[in-house]
Amino acid sequence: MVLVFAESPRGQFKKAAFEAVTYGKKAADILGVSCVAITLGSVKDAGELGKYGASRVLNVSDNAYDHFDSQAYTSAIADIAKQVGAKLVVVSHSSTGKAVAGRLAVRLNGGLVSGANSLPVVSGNGIRVKKSVFSGKAIAEFELSASVNVLSLMGNAVKPEVSGAAVSVENVSVNSQKGRVRVKSVRTQEGIVPLPEAEMVVSAGRGMKEPGNWNIVEDLAAVLGATTACSRPVADSHWRPHHEHVGQTGIAIRPNLYIAIGISGAIQHLAGVNNSKVIVVINKDPEAPFFKAADYGIVGDLFDVVPRLTQALKKFKSQG
Amino acid sequence: MKFLVCISQTPDTTAKISFNGDGTEFNAAGVQFIMNPYDEWYALVRACEIREALGGTVVALNVGPAANETTIRKALAIGADEAVRINADPKSAAFTAKQIAAYAADQKFDIIFFGKETIDHNGSEVGAMVAEYLDLPYVSYASKLDLNGNVAAIEREIEGGVEELEVDLPFVLSAAKGMAEQRIPNMRGIMTARTKPLTEVQPVAFDENSKVVQYTLPPAKAGVKLIDPENMDELVRLLHEEAKVI
Repeated sequence: MVLVFAESPRGQFKKAAFEAVTYGKKAADILGVSCVAITLGSVKDAGELGKYGASRVLNVSDNAYDHFDSQAYTSAIADIAKQVGAKLVVVSHSSTGKAVAGRLAVRLNGGLVSGANSLPVVSGNGIRVKKSVFSGKAIAEFELSASVNVLSLMGNAVKPEVSGAAVSVENVSVNSQKGRVRVKSVRTQEGIVPLPEAEMVVSAGRGMKEPGNWNIVEDLAAVLGATTACSRPVADSHWRPHHEHVGQTGIAIRPNLYIAIGISGAIQHLAGVNNSKVIVVINKDPEAPFFKAADYGIVGDLFDVVPRLTQALKKFKSQG
Repeated sequence: MKFLVCISQTPDTTAKISFNGDGTEFNAAGVQFIMNPYDEWYALVRACEIREALGGTVVALNVGPAANETTIRKALAIGADEAVRINADPKSAAFTAKQIAAYAADQKFDIIFFGKETIDHNGSEVGAMVAEYLDLPYVSYASKLDLNGNVAAIEREIEGGVEELEVDLPFVLSAAKGMAEQRIPNMRGIMTARTKPLTEVQPVAFDENSKVVQYTLPPAKAGVKLIDPENMDELVRLLHEEAKVI
């Protein structure tokens, strides 16, 4: 049995939950078992997880779970894992999942791969799973040999895949610890795909010269449906908000497309973005180190190139 | 107040990463090691700031061999009052967590600090594991921490936003950007660090249930394809037909 914890921040699933269930279903097929999903708190349309491969969807409807507490969540998931006899527990590698994965591994006395990005392979002593290490500079393959193991799944490592139909939700109760963290408020930017989940990111650096020039970046992001980001010097100068800062000290991302505008590509920046599938670099300096990490490069003045790219994309989109 | 700051030693950000012949061990030859930046800049500095404001003791802890003492002395130079080194060469996050938990179990720390992750294994695992061993609340990715008596007010980074929360002491925390500013040790700090206590503790037994069987380097990029800046239609075509991302 593979147990997937499908997280539902503020009562709604996001892409991470569908990725986790898709991964759980594929892992279950490899291990020759079924995939069960667990949700905590009040959740909208929990049965939808069936479409992504969960044969059962369990919900602990207690509204104590509407706010995140790593102890309460861990004890509930661990209790369900024992009830259903899970061999593998999958969570998302998110702010929630990262805070429960380590706890779950200790509580279940299991092995852990944090930030897994490959499907499990059955090996002599258990399963093998890969993850990215050294800030994207290497890959490590782990062997997990415990009777129950835990994975946190890196975002964008699998694409959500519909393989079945919605199922009815089973309400279950758990023997769980009470949370001790008191959440006072949650502030989020609505209508924006958060950077860790974004499939396309348009990012800009000091080459923009001043914050008033950002409209060309926003126009490009809008036509792509991309999330905007920035380099560290830009965030440190308060040209852009800190939550847009990608790189080693900021947010690490792995979108399908990363467009870097006027960013030289210092190693600390690359450490946060080098897992992107395709990198496009626009810079007037042909010696900018970022070109070495890029798939496509444009040597030119960003104030000419970026609006031209936006126009070309508009033309492409209008042709459907 | 008594604070424990767990510090890890990692290869420098700019280090070239390589492995031994069969890809089972990291090749440390010629690699410069540093204190993990998140442990240093955010966790350690904030613990020292709170100690300076409210009094108390900051203990820096590292699980590692004697060679790590240079890094540990740096933590003392930045402001930790004393240090502990658990004498082992850790092979996994689970091993490290077990050692820290065994040491901290009877020490009555008010807050146990970690950085949000290490820059070598990027796991963000050890803090959560230690919290579970000690049955303590855990707040990860904290970008702001203030103490008011026995209650901590914390801001925590979540996807696309911030969560504000409160928790009573004692608890475990991992620190992210925003928590504090990097501190460069001054000469006085470096001098006093030499005489601050650094205690060696022997590790407890631990059965590993996960291990790295193979390290590999990612496939090299094919090399950048340069596009004429006048011809963005060509870039759009390549992103659609070749890279298949739009």
